[in-house]
Amino acid sequence: MNGTKKAVPRPLPKIATGILGFDELSHGGLPRNRISLLKGGPGSGKTVFALQSLVNAVRQRNEPGIFVAFEESTRQLIANAASFDWGLPTLARNKIYFMDAKLSPEVVQSGEFDLSGMLGMLKAKKEEIGARWIVFDGIDVLLTLLQNPMSEMREIYRIRDWLADNEVNAAIITAKIDGDSSEIVNYGFLQFMVDCVIRFERRLEYGVALHRIQITKYRGSDFAAGEYPVSFGPAGMEVDAPEPAEIKQVASGERISAGFERLDKMLGGGLFRGSSTLITGVPGTSKTTLAGKFVEAACGRGERTLFVSFDESADRIARNLSSVGIQLKACVKSGLLRMYSARTETIGAEDHLVKLKALIREHRPRCMVIDPISAIAKSGGIAAARAVANRFIYLAKDEKITVMVTAINEGDEPEAEATDLQISTIADTWIHLSYLIRSGERNRALTIIKSRGTWHSNQVRELVLSDAGPMLADVYTAGGEVLMGTLRWEKEGEERAKTIQRRAEFDQKREALEVAEADTRARIKALQQDLERQRVELAMYSSDNEARIVFSSDRKKELGRIRSADPAGRAATGTVTSYAKRRASKGSGNSGRKNKTEARHAP
Amino acid sequence: MRHKKTDRNAFGPAATTVVVMCLYIANSAPNSVRAIANLEAICKEHLKDNFKLEIIDVLEYPLRALADGIVVTPSLAKMSPSPAAKIIGNLSDKSSVLRALGIQG
Repeated sequence: MNGTKKAVPRPLPKIATGILGFDELSHGGLPRNRISLLKGGPGSGKTVFALQSLVNAVRQRNEPGIFVAFEESTRQLIANAASFDWGLPTLARNKIYFMDAKLSPEVVQSGEFDLSGMLGMLKAKKEEIGARWIVFDGIDVLLTLLQNPMSEMREIYRIRDWLADNEVNAAIITAKIDGDSSEIVNYGFLQFMVDCVIRFERRLEYGVALHRIQITKYRGSDFAAGEYPVSFGPAGMEVDAPEPAEIKQVASGERISAGFERLDKMLGGGLFRGSSTLITGVPGTSKTTLAGKFVEAACGRGERTLFVSFDESADRIARNLSSVGIQLKACVKSGLLRMYSARTETIGAEDHLVKLKALIREHRPRCMVIDPISAIAKSGGIAAARAVANRFIYLAKDEKITVMVTAINEGDEPEAEATDLQISTIADTWIHLSYLIRSGERNRALTIIKSRGTWHSNQVRELVLSDAGPMLADVYTAGGEVLMGTLRWEKEGEERAKTIQRRAEFDQKREALEVAEADTRARIKALQQDLERQRVELAMYSSDNEARIVFSSDRKKELGRIRSADPAGRAATGTVTSYAKRRASKGSGNSGRKNKTEARHAP
Repeated sequence: MRHKKTDRNAFGPAATTVVVMCLYIANSAPNSVRAIANLEAICKEHLKDNFKLEIIDVLEYPLRALADGIVVTPSLAKMSPSPAAKIIGNLSDKSSVLRALGIQG
């Protein structure tokens, strides 16, 4: 291999069918300028596929087409397609030519015939309308009339040669071939001749019809080889193409409300944008209410939201939720909220998935609720439902939609998640709701079992519903028992009474202390007043005394002057006076003599 | 268009009514050539001159053939007397052709 030059693979030219999912599955559509064979049992969707490809070619690229109907009359075909919004009657007038190639039962066959005349007519028609697509629908009907393997092969060749001469963008041949055993002898040859073989199947699983598509051959191209579910909506057929194997979801750090504040707190600040939340619980544990609250919060933020409910009408859900203060009708009216309810049993789980995909494409929600996702286990086999449930969640994650799904579990133990769907492993957050029965009461309890990438409360909370909406209440654990409902209420009352008592005691004590303080202050004030009075008294007494001393010394001087006392005596008297003055200035106010006298009389 | 009209004895005995037919062929395709030969033999043997036959080559007049509701070639359409009938194939099975045309063989 070393010496040989590797040929660079040239991509096979393809042409898109415009059928959702199929172009992804086939990596681009049907082989261009080649023949594709659609095979499958009756009612498996071959004709719809072929017709829809034609319609899309006209609508999307303005390429007219020819539809040769061997099995059904044109009128039947158009009537059958009336459930799709293709506007086929209009297209049939100018863009798609229907050739009624159904031989009526009255037609007598005598000997061999061939398609050379028909192909001549088709050539003329193709040139007339400029057709770029051609479908031979139900060629098996024609081939069986040939009654002879040699003729069959010859006519198949004739068609192939015609297609080679009359270039079209794509040719589709459909044949009613069930399984691998064929009634057409040249079935193998037919397969060999075409470049692409697509198998259609319709089967019943648990009473539910499931449609499947599988590409079994694609010359010169790779393709998704599995068997994929097909569903039919107003736009026609849709294939549920596989998601790419690699997960390319971007984790968002943005938090959004799970519905109400208390729950957000328990979740460490809310749900991550684009995360998935599973709410499990036995019937009646308010799963829908929580989901409804989440929806209401999302619409409150102005985000487009999708509410998918199974087996219960949207109107009924809106009514029930309004009884607990959750108003969804206004959100529906404003166009933010789209409510879709489906009956689970009528279609397969995969059809639900395809429908959901269409809804997401249409509504472009940022938040979504599926309530309950466990219902899809009822439609079709459990293996399919399990896969679909997982894909529901992956789909939401891929679309960066924050999704909340509910699931009913039969037991009350969350560990024994009896949803059968095993979605708890892929959900980011798992909230479990249960009943606790004690003292003749049934109370709802909410636990967060897991919440990836965030702190969350590990405590059980009581979920209380009122007309103001759901609320979470603390639960009391007393003596190893969780108290709820009345018991909690009693305990709360008890706690409240205790608090009130404690507060009263405190108030009393404080008042007493305040009184004592005021008393002390009053006493201090009285004592200060006493002190002041005593000071004043003392000052008054001192000045009085001084006056008296001055007066007596003046009298003595006068007396001495009158009596002509000797100077020595006078001098001595002066000295005494100055001394007394000095004493008075020091505040004592006593003369030396008087002072001595007093000192003598002091006790 | 190959056109062959034989209109003799149209008002002949009551037992013989004129059969009006149209044969759609695809040029010289083997089955078409065979059909013409087979039909001519049947007419000669059973209808004598009491028939009108139009032969249309759908490759020449494809849009007319389409309008006439022709699917495969060769196809023989009996227009009258009623009931109308349609036979496909190279007409090698003579008895079924006679039955379809309402001719006692």
